[in-house]
Amino acid sequence: MPTYGKGLRGLSILTLATIAVALILVFFYAPLDASQGFIQKIFYIHVPLAIVSLCGFVFGGLLAVMHLRTGDRRYDLRSYVAIHMALIFGVAALLAGSIWAKASWGHWWVWNDPTLVSYLIVLLMFATYTPLRFSIEDPERQARYASVFAIVGGAFVPLNFIAVREAQEYVHPRVLTLTGSNLPGPMLLTFLVSLLGITLLYITLWKYEMAAKNTRMQMRALRRRLLGDDDISPLQRSAAPSL
Amino acid sequence: MTILGIAPALPLHAAGKYVAGAYIVFVLVILIYVAIMAVRLGRMERQLVELNRDLERRDGATEPGRDPDATSAGATHREPAPVSGAGRPGDSSL
Repeated sequence: MPTYGKGLRGLSILTLATIAVALILVFFYAPLDASQGFIQKIFYIHVPLAIVSLCGFVFGGLLAVMHLRTGDRRYDLRSYVAIHMALIFGVAALLAGSIWAKASWGHWWVWNDPTLVSYLIVLLMFATYTPLRFSIEDPERQARYASVFAIVGGAFVPLNFIAVREAQEYVHPRVLTLTGSNLPGPMLLTFLVSLLGITLLYITLWKYEMAAKNTRMQMRALRRRLLGDDDISPLQRSAAPSL
Repeated sequence: MTILGIAPALPLHAAGKYVAGAYIVFVLVILIYVAIMAVRLGRMERQLVELNRDLERRDGATEPGRDPDATSAGATHREPAPVSGAGRPGDSSL
């Protein structure tokens, strides 16, 4: 059984250090935006959270591909945790974005912007992932169906991104493009460090969650070894994968 | 001179509350997650204590000179089930 806790302490310290450096850069190094002023500082938390959450959904889809290819249920567990973490990051991105929208546009939410609406669609779609799992009792079938869902959802993310990029009318500023960025040097550096910090945070929390699940699994196996099958209370129906 | 002393003043008067709100949301989400993890860890610790107690009980029951059938813990003398990473479906749901 793999150990996910390996290197977790070093990774946690690196994550904390990177986020601390990012915060210093955000508030004391990056210049104020000419048009938005101080409120633009939300950019350095909102955009990395949104990017990492979308990448997390794609990551979950890739792990689901591995699950269907190999039949190894550990990939289903990894995919589940990846999507679970991406959802948490997505909710944080959405809340931070809403606060920014209120300050900039005077509304918590606008429906005429394809970037916002498409992100909400992706988030709501993946919000149904856990109920889908819970609705299927048989663990084998649950894992298989969830993997198919994760692959379709993961493939939808880049397609959705391209479709939104092609949109002619939008409210969201186009700061990052495929050919580069429209940010000045110090802002770009701050953004990249923030993105690195949030990415590291995602990886760290994913590893934490995997380590916790792995430990619990091993404890249950030990308990079964000690007491025998009959003395272990049957598990309740769960959306979480079982190996 | 402290770091705060040399740092440029932040224009917190107008947009400060929104920026603070956005960053607080981020910290809160992480804190809630960590709190959930802490609850799970506490549950795992309790299960570990239980496991140790069961192990001690079993060791006590299988001491030389003692008839395991005489113990009140009838389950302790049962043949243990094989352990593997992939046991019965649903056994390690998390």
